[in-house]
This record gives sequence, structure tokens and C-alpha cells, in this order.
Amino acid sequence: MNKNNIIFTDSSRLLTESLAQAGADVFIGYPITPANLIYHYASQRFPQFMAAPDEITALQWMSGFAAAGHIPVTATSFPGYALMIESINMAYMMELPMVIVLVQRLGPATGTATRGAQGDIALLSGTISGGMAIPSFSISNPHDCWELSAKAVEVASKYRTPVVIFTSKEEVMTMFSIDKTGLAPVHRVERKFYSGDETYVPYKADEKLVSAFLPVSSNKHQVRFTASTHDTQGIIQNTAKEAIDNSKRLHYKITENLSDFTYFEYDKEEGATSLLLSFGITSQAAREAVENLRCQGKKVSLLIAKTLLPVPTAYYDICSRYKQLFIAEENLTGQYRQLLFGSMPPAHIHGINEFGKMISPATIIKAVLSHE
Amino acid sequence: MNRVYLHEGDLPFCLGCGHTLIAENVDKALQTLNLDPLDVILVTDIGCHGIIDKSFKTHTVHGLHGRSVALASGISLSLNNPDKKIIVFIGDGGATIGLQHLIDSAHRNFNMTVVLHNNMLYGMTGGQPSELTPLGFKTPTLPEGSTQKGFDMCEVVAAAGASYVCRLMGIGNIADQLAVALGKKGFSLVEVMELCPSYAVKSNPGMKLRQVVEEAGLGIRVYADRDYTGYETEVKTETPSLIDKEKVISCDFTSALKSPARIMISGSAGEGVQAAAEFFARAAIASGLNVTKKGSYPVTVGIGFSSSDIILSPEHILYTGSPSPDYMIITSQDGLDHSLSTIKNMQEGFIFLDESLPVPNTTVPVIRLGFRKLAGNKNAAIFSLLYLAIHQKLFPAEAMLQMLSQSKLAGKADWNALVTMLP
Repeated sequence: MNKNNIIFTDSSRLLTESLAQAGADVFIGYPITPANLIYHYASQRFPQFMAAPDEITALQWMSGFAAAGHIPVTATSFPGYALMIESINMAYMMELPMVIVLVQRLGPATGTATRGAQGDIALLSGTISGGMAIPSFSISNPHDCWELSAKAVEVASKYRTPVVIFTSKEEVMTMFSIDKTGLAPVHRVERKFYSGDETYVPYKADEKLVSAFLPVSSNKHQVRFTASTHDTQGIIQNTAKEAIDNSKRLHYKITENLSDFTYFEYDKEEGATSLLLSFGITSQAAREAVENLRCQGKKVSLLIAKTLLPVPTAYYDICSRYKQLFIAEENLTGQYRQLLFGSMPPAHIHGINEFGKMISPATIIKAVLSHE
Repeated sequence: MNRVYLHEGDLPFCLGCGHTLIAENVDKALQTLNLDPLDVILVTDIGCHGIIDKSFKTHTVHGLHGRSVALASGISLSLNNPDKKIIVFIGDGGATIGLQHLIDSAHRNFNMTVVLHNNMLYGMTGGQPSELTPLGFKTPTLPEGSTQKGFDMCEVVAAAGASYVCRLMGIGNIADQLAVALGKKGFSLVEVMELCPSYAVKSNPGMKLRQVVEEAGLGIRVYADRDYTGYETEVKTETPSLIDKEKVISCDFTSALKSPARIMISGSAGEGVQAAAEFFARAAIASGLNVTKKGSYPVTVGIGFSSSDIILSPEHILYTGSPSPDYMIITSQDGLDHSLSTIKNMQEGFIFLDESLPVPNTTVPVIRLGFRKLAGNKNAAIFSLLYLAIHQKLFPAEAMLQMLSQSKLAGKADWNALVTMLP
């Protein structure tokens, strides 16, 4: 560590700065604990900041900004996200780039606003009607906050889609010392708008299943955005094949390009027959547990999921190499475990869960050793 | 008059529907303003009127039920250009779902014109009543007639502060009135009264539109006509890096700490617990340690407990929880009450308790000290952490004393003298 460049900060600050440097230029906020720090920092940092009167309005304003060529951001928690879901579907259907930071807290309902959790994986997975894929990145440490936030902007722009940054209270509100020279420069995303002379077809896809973007400020071509089932022209259709194919494309453009934004950490130990899988706030406890287990002579590998959804196939490939699989997540029912392996997983797959408190390394160690 | 903004051909509405009249008159009104079709953005809501998009040559945006005004507001805020004409088509159903958006956008005077297609029922879903259905008005699902008076959207939007609000009968040539609204700066709303030919006419045989409007007490008039300039979006040209704003902490001291130390300090809101914890953390960083700090307090931040977890470590810190701290400091009764569950977890370590407080039931050593008496209530937290740093040899006292001398706390107490007063 360079001892002359240490700052004492928090991940809300890193996340906000990274988003801004990557080219997100509008923040629309409605305050909610524990996402308030991001709101606060964004009000200082973003070129445009608007305080919305509610979360539905926030997403609608964001969609308006996105339709006019910006990359907007908001940050919220479950109660706000629940209100936003229909509008996120709208933005998804219109193929509008934007970033939504979902800071998890303890539910259900208003729950405990000042207690962290990882209880919204099922909600996140089901955000888009039809179960369609929405890119979602999970933050596992401060450097992820820096790097994945910039990636979120890049993916939102490149694939014309809302992207969710998935985090939790303890991650964005805990202060830490960090060497700021370790924060790699963020590359600003270059937007590419349709520049052809031929008639612009708003939902005509290229070979990567992505359609060229043009804002509603265009003085050269007519632009159409619609949330209803539509053809390539953006004209509402019922269930005409072209329109249904277009809706399917929204899913496939994410899944077929997934390798372009698959991020994970695989700490493989030779000879290990156990794998610990975790993500988000539990990642640091998982890393510490693995260090301790290895000190005790227990061979164990670690997989930290950073691209949370859609699930990269690499996770299945890695998981299949181990006799024992432990999945640690701070929720009651093992949501990511169920999402990966169903509600009745094979006997070698074990959940490590807590509800209302962080999972400690000791809890993980105990669980892993109990299946020796 | 030939169409300019609409394509030729039939519009997609039932025979006799007022929506056709509105679309054609908007075309005429826009012609009087002589706007380029690509300087017009039409945002449509859900409802029969919303299928008009394909007929317009302007930019078109078709969103969710009730949210068109908010969506158009985002476009308006983004374009920030009064020469771009943003028009919203919305029905009475959408207007009530999105009433908050209408009020808010009118209040802020976002630049746009809302054309409210009020046919007094939900046409697309089979003729259910809306909040704008007048008293006695019958619909297929309300054959006995509405028992409540519909509310007056023009009054609401005018009261919210719109530049221009008027209500029109959806009969004949309404292009001139629409042009007035479209020419206004800021937020304008035109409510056009209609009868749905599929549901209203059949449910209310022989009823005339003028009669319905008159009996409902809805004025055909201008409700607001104000000389407002409209909303201007603030765009900051330069905003400094949030990272550069953070003060670099110079590592001028060294710590002899060999393994992580987990500290929890609990006191009362308003007694500087969080600020003290951050101060302590920065002094530890100045001593070459890695540090994490998190606060805990009720949502009513000004009353009750205030607690902070701090981890100091010569190594990189991973897990930031402190289920069983090595050192627990308690400076007030609020802090003690909050800490009891954590104290139960403590099998080892030390508790430093203000001498004014009762000793909790615990097996770990409790050291009672006069933090509050010696330093005062407001300085007890920072004093207790200063004591901890010195007596547990976490890092040099000078790191903290130097920071204190350079801070606004310098004059709050004689910190050097206080340090000598504790055992």
C-alpha cells in the first residue's frame, strides 16, 4: 500500500464518482435509507441532478432523459425499487440505457431501514415480466464499486438497457481506508448514435442483437420509443411475429452477449473438493473464512459472483467440479442458491444463511467444517 | 387544411370518437405554429388515444398508464429547449393514476402541453367509471349512474401553478384554442370533453355532450393564463472529483499493533460519537493502520443511542462485522442499553464503562472511568477513544493529539491535560 495516498471514505463515494467518470450524467433521486449517501454525493458530482417527488417519477424522468440521449442513474432500496419496477420494464422495452443502484436493507416491507441484507435476489431476478434477463452486477468490495460501476454504464450504453448495481447497506455506508492510487482510471463511455442517411429504424438490430440509438432530439430522423409490443419501426403490434421476435430479442441480446460482461473471482485451490460461493456483502466474510480454513489445512476454493444476473454458465461449470458446494448469502431462504439449483437442490449443496445480521467468517467456517 | 403532422388515411378510432377530432386539430394547431415535425415530441399514455402514435410524423413516445406526463417531463428537462414542443396525450384514467405527475409538472412549470382526452370513463377496458365521471353518468359497469361527483382537473392543475389551463368541448374546430396552449411557455393543459361512442352513448341514450358537461358544472373556459417563463434545467459545467475532495491522510506515525482490534463505542445521539469514531479512525490511519468504521443509530438520528464499530488492523480488512468486539466503550445509558446484546456475545476483551452507569452482567473485565465527569458529555466519546488508544497501545497518542490540535475540537478541552488525569 502506498502510505502517502490514503483516504478514509466509503463505497457510496467510489460508486458515484465512478459512474460520473464513466459518463453517467444525470442523477434522479428520491431519498431512501441506506441509499442516501449516493444521493448526497450525486447532488454534488453529477452535471444534472433532479430531486423527484417519488420513485415512479424518478424512473420516468430517467427514461425521458435517456430517450433524449443521457445516461441517468438512481439509487434506491427495496421499497423504492418495488415502485420502480413497472417503469424499469418500460425502459427495458424502450431499450433505454440507465443504471439503477439497489442498496438492499432488511425487509419485508419497510423492515429495518438501517440493517443490511441480501434479500432481493428473487425480486431482482423477476424484475422484468416474462423472466427476461436484466444485467445485474454485485459489488463485493470497494474496488468492485469503482470498477463495476463504470462497467454498468458501459453495458447500459452498449446494449441499450437498464443495468442494476446490486449492493447493500453495509457495503455503501461503511467507511474504510484505501489507497486512492489503486483506483484505476475510468474510461468515459463514448455514445454512438445512428448517423446514417437512410431512414432510421429504431428497433432494427445488428448482429449482436442491439439496435442503433438515436435521441428524440434528432432533427434528421423520426424516433419512436414504445413500451408496448412493437415492430422494428416502434409501431405497436399485437402478437405479430416481427413484434414478438423483437420482444424476445430484448432477452437474447443480454444472454447472448453475457460473456462480454461476465465478471467473477475464482480463487481455486488445487486438490480442494469444497467450493464456497458468495457475492455482495458476504464476499468479504467468505474471503476471510477461506483464508482461515486454508491456515487450518482445509482445502477449499472460492467463487465470488460479480455478474449476478443473468447467471454466467461459467458458475455452473466451476460448481460442477466440486463434491461439496456452500453458498453463503444474507437471507433466510437462500435465494441465489434456489435460483441456481432450485428449491430442492442436491444433498451436496449447502446454504449458509443469516437473517438480520451479517454472516461472519466463523459461521462459514463452522458450516464448511461440519461437512468434512 | 391538409395534414402536415399526421399521415394521410383513417385514424385508428371508432366512428364518432372525439379522439379523431383532437388529433386532427392538434395537427392544425401545430401548422399555425409552423413547427418542424421533428421539433415535436408526442408522448402518449395508455388508453385508446395512445394508439395514435403510428399516425404522427413527429417523434413519438408511448409509455405506461398514467406516467406520460412524468416521462414527458424527463424529456422536457433533458432537452431544456422551449423550441422543442413536447405534447402529452392522456385520458381521464391516466390523469388520475398520474395525478401526482400532473400536479408536480404544473407546479414546476415544465415546458409541455398536456391534452387531456376526457371521455369520462375507461374506454379501452370496457367502460368503467373514472374519477372524472360526473354524478349520475352511466357506464356499462355502473348502470345506475355514478353516485359521486367527478373532480375538476382544470381546477387542480390551475391551482398547482400551470401557465395555462382551459377546458374545451370536443366539437368542431378547436385548433385555435389548442394553438394558444401549444404556444405557451411552461406547463399548459387543455382538457377536451368527449363522449365515448362505444360505451357512453349506449349507456346514456339521448344524452348530449353539452348537457353532460353543463350538468356536471364543468366550465368551458380558461382556468389559468399566466405569463410564466417555464422551467430551466440547471446543468453544472464542472463538478470536482469526489475522490480529490477527500483529504489524504499522511502516515506520520507508526503503530505496534500486530493483529486486528475490534472496537465498539456506544453513547448518546448528539454527543459526538460518530465524529469521535471518525477522528479516532483517521488517527489510526495516520499511524499506518488499515481502518473500517460504521455507524449505527436509530432513524431519528437526533435522539437515542449512537454507536460505532471500528476495526484497526495492520493487515487488509475483509469482514467488517464486529459481533464480539475486543474493546467496548460505553459513555451513556443510551449506549449501554443498545450494547447489552453485544456484551452478551463477549467472551473476552474489555469493557470501558462510564462510572455513572450500572455495571452490566458480564464475564469480561469492566473498567469504570469518569469520561463524562472529566471531559464533559460532549467530549466524553472522543476522550474515551483517546484513552483507549493510549492505554491499549493501539497507536501513538500523538497521532490523535496532533489531529485534535489541528481541528475545531482544539479549544473544546485541554486534551493533553485530560490524558494525564486517567489511570
